[in-house]
Amino acid sequence: MKILVPISQVPDTTAKISFINNDTTFNNAGVTFIINPYDEWYALVRALELKEAGKAEKVTVIHVGPTENEPTIRKALAIGADDAVRIDGDGDSSFVAGQIADYAQKNDYSLILLGKETISYNSAATAGLVAGFLDWNFVPYATKLDVNGNTISLEQEMDGGVNQLSSPLPLVVSAAKGMALQRIPNMRGIMAARTKPLQVVTPSTDFPVYTKVESYTPAKGRTACVMISEDNIDELVDLLHTKAKVI
Amino acid sequence: MSVLVYIEPHKGNIKKTSLEAVSYANKLAELISSNVTALAINISDEGLKAIANAGADKILSVNNESLSATNIKALAEVVNSAIKEENATTIIFAADGTGSSVAPYVAAKQKAGIIAGTIDFPIIDGNKLIVQKNVFSGKATALYSVDTAIKIITLTPNSIQISNTKRSPNVISFAPTFDAANGVVLKSFKIDEDIAKGGIPLADAELVVSGGRGLKGPENWGIVEDLAHALGAATACSRPVADADWRPHHEHVGQTGLAIRPNLYIAIGISGAIQHLAGVNGSKTIVVINNDPEAPFFKNADYGILGDAFKVVPKLTEAIKKLRI
Ligand SMILES: Cc1cc2nc3c(=O)[nH]c(=O)nc-3n(C[C@H](O)[C@H](O)[C@H](O)COP(=O)(O)OP(=O)(O)OC[C@H]3O[C@@H](n4cnc5c(N)ncnc54)[C@H](O)[C@@H]3O)c2cc1C
Ligand SMILES: Nc1ncnc2c1ncn2[C@@H]1O[C@H](COP(=O)(O)O)[C@@H](O)[C@H]1O
Repeated sequence: MKILVPISQVPDTTAKISFINNDTTFNNAGVTFIINPYDEWYALVRALELKEAGKAEKVTVIHVGPTENEPTIRKALAIGADDAVRIDGDGDSSFVAGQIADYAQKNDYSLILLGKETISYNSAATAGLVAGFLDWNFVPYATKLDVNGNTISLEQEMDGGVNQLSSPLPLVVSAAKGMALQRIPNMRGIMAARTKPLQVVTPSTDFPVYTKVESYTPAKGRTACVMISEDNIDELVDLLHTKAKVI
Repeated sequence: MSVLVYIEPHKGNIKKTSLEAVSYANKLAELISSNVTALAINISDEGLKAIANAGADKILSVNNESLSATNIKALAEVVNSAIKEENATTIIFAADGTGSSVAPYVAAKQKAGIIAGTIDFPIIDGNKLIVQKNVFSGKATALYSVDTAIKIITLTPNSIQISNTKRSPNVISFAPTFDAANGVVLKSFKIDEDIAKGGIPLADAELVVSGGRGLKGPENWGIVEDLAHALGAATACSRPVADADWRPHHEHVGQTGLAIRPNLYIAIGISGAIQHLAGVNGSKTIVVINNDPEAPFFKNADYGILGDAFKVVPKLTEAIKKLRI
């Protein structure tokens, strides 16, 4: 079994978010980019663990994006992926998912392990789109995943409890916290990553872009915090009840 | 032409988020002079009544125990049949439970543009819908446009009011075919202990009491739980607290945990790191209790109490109890 791990590139969690061109374009200036934490910490590491346990032959990372994103892909190779693919295009979730599905199908991957959502666009849509394009089984928000031959067992937190699930391959899974623990790449991994294969693929024309961002608005901060003395808690309760009307 | 709204199968009562989705569909249908059809999967009669109230003109009711809530592929097939049946052009899902997963699956099949996680009603611009959503974990919002023949929108929980239209829709029994062979199988469901004891699931909660590392250890969570019980609130925590296993992982809110937008979020002993705020800054009102005047959370709160949580929280619980009598 070969595992495909789609990785996205997102601004570092502490990056200052701003926009240019009349608030129509994200401002890249001075922003450090990282691999989306769900993809790196959970999906990729769990895929590597399965390979190390002899339950997968190969782990490939795939990224849909321009050349300048290649350092992010190399980082995934440094963490331990065997090889990488970059689809040379850019678009919305439908476009990205279509490219991933197309590549997986043409290259015999039977498990696709994505992150549950990007911390940039927060859509949590790509995994379901990939599964829909392929007509495969889909388990979202998995917190555990194991492989026994052709059967995948999983756990998923939902509706105030835990579902235990099983599915045959092929399968699309989105990874949530709990699936694995973050790994820091070591020097040997970083050196090895320089020479690991990174294949560049022209995007398929079967998957158009359907949605477009027209404009961004930075979030408005809250108005000044009203400080209340700890000896006057009744005032807080009164404000919450009569002013904020939330209790 | 109709607006179709997906009502997910759910153990017990109909979810509040499903009714929010119906209300959203109702408003959208009004804007584009269309009708609302609700696709209700394994929903009780009482649930169907609640759907009618929230504004459905017609209900397609599917009753089939073999249609499992964990088989996204089969659920998507049912939605696809309903789209065909109703000639639906816009499909609305609640962005929680199965909705956020069935929606993109259907979008791929229908070649529909999808906008996941809207927070407000759309703007109509000819055949185009302009839809607002949160991006960069709440640090900004974006206006997306979509103009495909079929459009799919998922609605972030707690974003809109539930409407009360008291309609009396036709309830039509709907029995589409789907392939459950070789699907995802649910082996077991273990309910969380707190929820079993009557606790409130965090994702649905309107009031949330949350604790951070300032509480020093899991043995001190009694004061957090007492306050939550007095309010009828769910409990949450910061990431280090879940990582140290002081609290279960599903209580972790923030950029790498759950994003919530309750009416009230009370943060106790939480510093207010940017990654924590990313999961909670959509809350309507934020109260911060912290003994450090420099804690960044005070800059992102509506009300603050500077003091020792171990003294302040029990006092707050007593004050809430007085109000609730
Ligand atoms: C990529 C990334 C993702 C992350 N994702 C998340 C996430 O999703 N969610 C998250 O929460 N964090 C996340 N973090 C971690 C985040 O940066 C902070 O480290 C974390 O939120 C701090 O948790 P805390 O506020 O509980 O602890 P601390 O920062 O240690 O703060 C404890 C607070 O308690 C106060 N305090 C101490 N004693 C008392 C007392 N007796 N009474 C009242 N107050 C007291 C202190 O003044 C302090 O403000 C992430 C970090 C990274 C790098
Ligand atoms: N450009 C991309 N290239 C490869 N994978 C991606 C890309 N964008 C998103 N993904 C994957 O899809 C997941 C969910 O993204 P989203 O639906 O945008 O929230 C991410 O965690 C990644 O695993």
